[in-house]
Amino acid sequence: MNEFDKIDAAVRAEVLAALRLVLPAHCLLSDAEELRPYECDGLTAYREMPLAVCLPEHERQVIDVLRTCHRLGTPVVARGAGTGLSGGAMPHAQGVVLSLARFNRILRVDPQARLAVVQPGVRNLAVSEAAAPHGLYYAPDPSSQIACTLGGNVAENSGGVHCLKYGLTVHNILRLRIISIEGEIFEIGGAAPDAPGYDLLALFIGSEGLLGIVTEVTVKLVPKPELAQVVMASFGDVAQAGDAVAAIIAAGIIPAGLEMMDKAATAAVEPFVKAGYDLNAEAILLCESDGTPEEVAEEIARVTAVLTAAGAQELRVSQSEAERLRFWAGRKAAFPAVGRITPDYYCMDGTIPRKRLAEMLAAIVQMERKYGLRCANVFHAGDGNLHPLIMYDASLPGDWARAEAFGAEILELSVALGGSITGEHGVGIEKINQMCVQYTTPELQAFHRLKEAFDPPGLLNPGKAVPSLHRCAEYGRMHVHAGEIKFPDLERF
Amino acid sequence: MQRDDLVGAVQAAYEARTPLRLRGAGSKDFYGGVLAGEVLDLAAYCGVVAYEPTELYVTARCGTPLRELEAVLAERGQMLACEPPRFAGATVGGAVAAGLSGPRRQQAGAVRDFVLGVQLIDGTGQWLNFGGQVMKNVAGYDVSRFMAGSLGTLGVIAEVTLKVLPLAVAETTLVFACDASAAIQRLNQWGRQALPISASFWQAGQLHVRLSGAAAAVLAARRQLGGEVAVDGENWWISVREQTQPAFAGTPLWRLALPSTAPDLPLAGLQAMEWGGGLRWYGPDAGEAVAIRAAATAAGGHAVLYRAAESQRCRDGVFAPLNPALLALHRRLKKVFDPRGILNPGRLYAEF
Repeated sequence: MNEFDKIDAAVRAEVLAALRLVLPAHCLLSDAEELRPYECDGLTAYREMPLAVCLPEHERQVIDVLRTCHRLGTPVVARGAGTGLSGGAMPHAQGVVLSLARFNRILRVDPQARLAVVQPGVRNLAVSEAAAPHGLYYAPDPSSQIACTLGGNVAENSGGVHCLKYGLTVHNILRLRIISIEGEIFEIGGAAPDAPGYDLLALFIGSEGLLGIVTEVTVKLVPKPELAQVVMASFGDVAQAGDAVAAIIAAGIIPAGLEMMDKAATAAVEPFVKAGYDLNAEAILLCESDGTPEEVAEEIARVTAVLTAAGAQELRVSQSEAERLRFWAGRKAAFPAVGRITPDYYCMDGTIPRKRLAEMLAAIVQMERKYGLRCANVFHAGDGNLHPLIMYDASLPGDWARAEAFGAEILELSVALGGSITGEHGVGIEKINQMCVQYTTPELQAFHRLKEAFDPPGLLNPGKAVPSLHRCAEYGRMHVHAGEIKFPDLERF
Repeated sequence: MQRDDLVGAVQAAYEARTPLRLRGAGSKDFYGGVLAGEVLDLAAYCGVVAYEPTELYVTARCGTPLRELEAVLAERGQMLACEPPRFAGATVGGAVAAGLSGPRRQQAGAVRDFVLGVQLIDGTGQWLNFGGQVMKNVAGYDVSRFMAGSLGTLGVIAEVTLKVLPLAVAETTLVFACDASAAIQRLNQWGRQALPISASFWQAGQLHVRLSGAAAAVLAARRQLGGEVAVDGENWWISVREQTQPAFAGTPLWRLALPSTAPDLPLAGLQAMEWGGGLRWYGPDAGEAVAIRAAATAAGGHAVLYRAAESQRCRDGVFAPLNPALLALHRRLKKVFDPRGILNPGRLYAEF
């Protein structure tokens, strides 16, 4: 055992001993075997073993864990279901994982006031299921909704396929109960509109576990539309499909969902789900309308006319709920479907102004050649959020490094085209270098000061979401010799 | 006025520790705490910078009058769906800083829900860019949305990008005769159904409800709800938005934000209700500030002293007091953007 290992072992023993004082044995994991499942989240390429995993069952225990970590200077990484795609819940080697998995109760559904009070470990879909008997649901529906938790949704400001019309998590949360690293309780927002003071909900939602730990969430519930129907249109050209999306918006229509898949994506999906996609099309669009039967009929007629005028080669309108779900099944299964045709895939999350879509897709074709990797594209077309799925094989030396460089180039092009490096997956550890591209030094400094206002010692999810200026300087230097990254086989964190 | 002029003015104030009073058209000078500091006139920093109807955003400099901005949108069949009051020449920067939303908030959302990005001059004179022009952007903290309602205490909102929405295809206004309790009950009942209700306003025994959406949906809802069709619905909602209805005339005027289901409060002086019951206005008969605040808190909401003499605003405070932990956090957040406390000091809370 060298000197450093000895120090680590001593720190570990001290932290564990302190945590045992505040948590019962079944709420604290410390054996390597027990810790292993926590070493990564949905972004499996980045892994780290934590010192320990805390699984509190009561808010009191959350407070005690945070106070203990504050006293000992131990980093804390919050975790929900671990479905995140940016490594936001990847552990810190000298820190503890604070899992909110056992905060899984729906505390109250109030159909009259159209809200639900839930604990952060409640699954997204479970909220809608609990509200369903009242004809209500929780609108944001990230594709991981059967597994992902509300606490994680709050941390990431999750979106979904319906957010053009129904908004992101930030538009659907009324109130949060938060514990600071010092163990102090904050209630922000409320069932009444326009809470006094600064809009702390806006700041906190999407803060990726850097500002505080959520112990209770009040969500807005909305009436479930009576009917939904989807139009599927195929196009011979991706630019034309992009123009069709613009034409729908220009016609004054805000569809409930508006999704695009390119040929590579439909080719991967169709054998898997048999959704009936046109495999000759360069791109297909799915455009959903919801509301009363009269409203849907009116909107579908308008959408159909616009798409026809925009040059759609083939148009199909779902004639039953079963058919609607089948049309969607392909889009919803796009990630796993791509997973079937490649050993590994790397999902990107840039947003771009929609009118730049053709440029972006053309650049991706160039990048496929440059990096020698294939890429399928699924696109939340309504709001400009592109998910290129870069296919690689982790068992081949250098493949991951190339995939990573490919992804980084897509993200940096997103910024150059006037967009953002992440639309809904968060920065986490994955896109931390690209933050240096999207923001200037004074902006990053403002982010650091904001964190300090909530978390003075900087113990909550350190090293994620906002890069240190030192890191950006390093990344900038790397980029000077750019295009090609030095030592491409080295994993960079 | 150029960007450098603004930056220079804030930098000079920072160096000299001169408090600045940020001002667009001054249409909301009555709102918030004391007006202190040297006026930094932002009206001249104006103009629409970018408007992409098919990307659903508009970017404008802070001094752009809302009327001008909305006229540009209307040409392309679009609107600011949060309907901030336009009063006399209100500017887009002021609308975001005040965070006051209009009748359509009930359906479409508040001002903050439509903020996509800001170009901010912080209290040291740094030009900072947060958010952007895309609908979805979760890189970094959502500072741009955070600016809504901060009353200029965190920075000069020099430019702002807002999400815009298409105008409704059809709109109809219905009128019902009912007392406040019945209105609260009805509005909450309707709120549970997928109805295209985009605004509601109760005053003096009359409930106005606006339906907006597809023509067929509006027609179906009109049949379902009953009531009388208002003759001049469009102007009615303008008068609600601009607060020219008699309900808004008294001083002091209290603005109570409550859970929409809160029963009619045991307070005198109820003037009007909006937002499906979530916003209620009380006039001079409502009584003492302490009692009003207590009633609002007991109902799960909070009270704003919306319009009153300066002496009363100083004595009672405008916004509901923050608990010590939250107040301390607010002070730290203020320091993040305005370390010397020179921007609109005391406009939000007397303490910072």
